[in-house]
Amino acid sequence: MSFFQMAKTVLSSMFKKPATLNYPVKPREYDPIVRGHIEIEIEKCIFCGMCQRKCPTGAIKVERAEKRWAIEPFDCIQCNNCAESCPKDCLHMHNTATPANENRDLIRDARISVDAEDNKDS
Amino acid sequence: MGNRTIVPFGPQHPVLPEPIHLDLVLEDETVIEAIPSIGFVHRGLEKLVEKKDFQQYVYVAERICGICSFMHGMGYCMAVENVMDLKLPDRAEFLRTIWAELSRIHSHLLWLGLLADAVGFESLFMHCWRLREEILDLFDMTTGGRVIFSVCKVGGVRKDIDAEKLKKIVEVLSNMDSSLRSITKIFLSDTSIISRMSGVGVLSPEEAFDLGAVGPMARASGIVVDDRLLGYGAYPHVKFEVQTATEGDCYARTKVRINEIFESISIIKQCVSLMPSDTAIDVPVKGNPDGEYFARLEQPRGEVVYYVKGNGTKFLDRMRVRTPTFANLPPLLHTLKGVDLADVPVLVLTIDPCISCTER
Ligand code: SF4
Ligand code: SF4
Repeated sequence: MSFFQMAKTVLSSMFKKPATLNYPVKPREYDPIVRGHIEIEIEKCIFCGMCQRKCPTGAIKVERAEKRWAIEPFDCIQCNNCAESCPKDCLHMHNTATPANENRDLIRDARISVDAEDNKDS
Repeated sequence: MGNRTIVPFGPQHPVLPEPIHLDLVLEDETVIEAIPSIGFVHRGLEKLVEKKDFQQYVYVAERICGICSFMHGMGYCMAVENVMDLKLPDRAEFLRTIWAELSRIHSHLLWLGLLADAVGFESLFMHCWRLREEILDLFDMTTGGRVIFSVCKVGGVRKDIDAEKLKKIVEVLSNMDSSLRSITKIFLSDTSIISRMSGVGVLSPEEAFDLGAVGPMARASGIVVDDRLLGYGAYPHVKFEVQTATEGDCYARTKVRINEIFESISIIKQCVSLMPSDTAIDVPVKGNPDGEYFARLEQPRGEVVYYVKGNGTKFLDRMRVRTPTFANLPPLLHTLKGVDLADVPVLVLTIDPCISCTER
């Protein structure tokens, strides 16, 4: 048994730099493999629906006829299954978190391919 | 005989990160009985197995618990792999073992922090979690996730750790060693901590055996049980000692967990040096599971049992988990009898309760 065991650790900590980041001033750097959110290169997508079938949470909806690909980003659990199964390699996992958003619907329908938009108008 | 009073403990209590409720029947300041009630965070994950196909269910299994998430995924995969007769490549087994042992270190450090907090040692708590953060950074770097890794899949693992990152893991663990030793020494020798823990909640070996204690709870009472001795994963290739103590009190449970941290570090270092150069990390999975299997593995809190039953379709018939905290509740209720009310939080904490696991 002994007293003041902690004193040594506390004293030496006083001369070390903090273990935490001075966050907003110094942003955190993430490793490239960190799973943050999914993004799509819509030009490459062939709307095959593979990602939708592989997604464990049903976050992705693909409408083949309308050429529409949509994701509900707050349903996504960042498992990377869709990106691994996409035959065209058009889904990518980015290492930053899903951006905060007030309006869920806005994100859900934000990715309509240019084609689909044109078809709708005509 | 004094008056009997019933004091409710939980479901919201400062030492409990998760909800469990105990009705403590007191006589003066002494607990004479504890009546538990659970069910505050039941999520019906076992039922969900009928809705998600067996490969997708890995992601659900991982979310049973936020601390042993990797080992839940691993236990589920092991059970399904055994039903399907899959033989994993060695490298996958070694990678799983490394992640499992890193999880054990992170879980024990988290627990040490909570314990320091429960005995009122705030600065020690901060230091334990500072060290734990370094392990979480290793997870970030090797799996892409801090808490939920999503690297286990039926038939292997989804990510490899390259030589450079393996070296980094060993480096971080070696650098941690001296601060780890000075921090854990405080738990084992500081007078104020010892006086809170020594002789509190003694569980004799016979009681531990009869009540079915598992993991560090049983080992602290001198019972040598460790599922890693069963030889799953890469454990047959590495040397390790099962850490036990004889006192059976809160102090012994702390000592066992602290020694396990160092044992885990040694296992990881051995795994890295023995890592097979063959680069295959998974085997193709064909067909659907048909049959049943019990998989057992050693989590930081003790033995977890995974039961799966497949019916030849891609949806499993049944999946059942018996988690270590569930097994450790009867010993806890037994040891609570006769302790002071003020010692209850520390004693509850020393079984390392994980209520989300227990209730699934
Ligand atoms: S799998 Fe790829 S190509 Fe197919 S619909 Fe999804 S994103 Fe498009
Ligand atoms: S990362 Fe996983 S959960 Fe998210 S959209 Fe892709 S498959 Fe679905």
